[in-house]
Amino acid sequence: MSLSESLKSVTSGARSVSRLGEALGNQSRSVRWSFGAICVLALYLLPWWPNVPVLGWIVETPGTSFPSVLTDQVVIFVLVALGLNVVVGLAGLLDLGYVGFYAVGAYTVAILSSQHANLPWLVCMPIAVLVSMLAGVILGTPTLRLRGDYLAIVTLGFGEIIRITANNMHWLGDSRGISNIATPPSIGPLKFGVLDAKPYFFLGLTIILIVIFLLRRLENSRVGRSWNAIREDEDAAELMGVDTFKFKLWAFAIGAAIGGLAGSLYAGKVQFINPSNFPLQLSILFLAAVVLGGAGNMWGAIVGGALVAWMPERFRGFADKRVFVFGVALVLVMVFRPQGLIPRKIRKERWLESWKPSTGTALRDKE
Amino acid sequence: MSDNLLELDHVTMQFGGVTALDDVTFAIRRGEILGLIGPNGAGKTTCFNVMTGVYAATSGAVLFDGASLAGLKRFQITKRGIARTFQNIRLFPDMTAIENVMVGADANHHTSVGGALLGLPRHHREEAEGRNTAMELLTFMGIADRAGDAARNLPYGYQRRLEIARALATKPQLLCLDEPAAGFTPAEKVELMDLIRKIRDQGYTVLLIEHDMSLVMGVTDRIVVLDFGKVIATGSPSEVQDNPAVVAAYLGVPDDDA
Repeated sequence: MSLSESLKSVTSGARSVSRLGEALGNQSRSVRWSFGAICVLALYLLPWWPNVPVLGWIVETPGTSFPSVLTDQVVIFVLVALGLNVVVGLAGLLDLGYVGFYAVGAYTVAILSSQHANLPWLVCMPIAVLVSMLAGVILGTPTLRLRGDYLAIVTLGFGEIIRITANNMHWLGDSRGISNIATPPSIGPLKFGVLDAKPYFFLGLTIILIVIFLLRRLENSRVGRSWNAIREDEDAAELMGVDTFKFKLWAFAIGAAIGGLAGSLYAGKVQFINPSNFPLQLSILFLAAVVLGGAGNMWGAIVGGALVAWMPERFRGFADKRVFVFGVALVLVMVFRPQGLIPRKIRKERWLESWKPSTGTALRDKE
Repeated sequence: MSDNLLELDHVTMQFGGVTALDDVTFAIRRGEILGLIGPNGAGKTTCFNVMTGVYAATSGAVLFDGASLAGLKRFQITKRGIARTFQNIRLFPDMTAIENVMVGADANHHTSVGGALLGLPRHHREEAEGRNTAMELLTFMGIADRAGDAARNLPYGYQRRLEIARALATKPQLLCLDEPAAGFTPAEKVELMDLIRKIRDQGYTVLLIEHDMSLVMGVTDRIVVLDFGKVIATGSPSEVQDNPAVVAAYLGVPDDDA
């Protein structure tokens, strides 16, 4: 089987997944809920997937512990892709410095739990989220007046500023970085240490599920609608009464908060960070994850994030050619499915079928 | 309360050396359909853009409901009660017809991130209200049968009507239509003009830019004629029709007069 053929099978696989989603959407609420529950259970069992025949051969990561790949790479990338998807996929703002917020989150935890204080991880994490959000607002307030390419360049600079600042400030541990970062507290049998990566995975997955739940609420509201309108036509949106600046800033702040959340999780896992953990390349990979999965579709971003994190580890057998294989795989997916593996969908207005005209109030309200 | 809903008071708009609007003064009265006509490049759309805040006038003032619109952001002007459509259709192409109209309806809503995350009652109330408004307006415009389709998949005539529905959803006092019948067949144009009359009868004031003279004559109460950025005539359709300056602007001046 040639590479392009296998790629075609990947994209057709993605197509059947989205068709499955559509078929499920037409099922009753209870069917959908039980399907969702089974999926969630299967996800919590992910660390044991390599032990399953066939499936195990597909997902295994030769040479690296699979649970470590899940916690150090997959969970982080999925979370980051979810956050970046709000900025790039929903609001249509090209952010090339997303790693900056990720770094702010990680460094906040590092400073507060090791470098300058001894706070527990559980206290540092929400502070890290708030600080990253603040960083998003500080960066967004002057720059969100820019559009397109200009915004991309400014955000690119932001990511570098954060890394270079960390590299040169003694207060931030300069190039040596910060060690002894606090881990999440152990709960019963879940011991957060260096031996077992699984507890981190369970924590990360739980956080991801909560983020999905909250983002869905935003997407299905005035906020999500405004983001979509801004992405589609910013001028028209503003002339239809959308406070474009406010909603763009919200997209930036929420994206930054999720990026910071991922950073705090990362810092709590590796317990040692230095500036070289946050290179520009990471921003590009984050963006690749969103675009590969399907910008504007939350499920696409999740799939993209997981693939971009997992694929290089899966191809470790190719030794020094693995990054090349990974690159070729990305290019081929983009050639055969430029809209992403699970592209943005036209919204299904399910309530339309049951809609009944009520008393006319839309017209003549302003007399 | 003054009779005039919107007043342009000696408005001049210059782009570099080009004067697009030159000392333009006219008023739109409450409840009327005012036609804004003129040859290509006369400044009609610029006039729209100044009123809706897309451009800030070089000099002069725009008064809406007696208050100046200077310094307001575009979305604030919309919330004050001026809504518009575009000469080149500018819908949100990947959103459904319903969603397009709901974006307009959101101009009157207040739910933000907090309310949506917590699922506050106001969020649910506003969503329901938005859906009802959207469906009623789509029904009123006669395009409810394609309510769940993406805007970009709608036929041309539907897209033009959807723009009007979206503008109406903001609950404006003044509805500005920029060549809403462009590209329509004569029969479709007549239908649309009936609709515009119906919109006026619902209590809206309408400003209409249109090329087709016969159409404008049929539907408007008063007409303002622009030529080279200047108001050359104002009056009822029949007055304007007989005005020699208007005839000259549209048909050109015979050589022996020049």
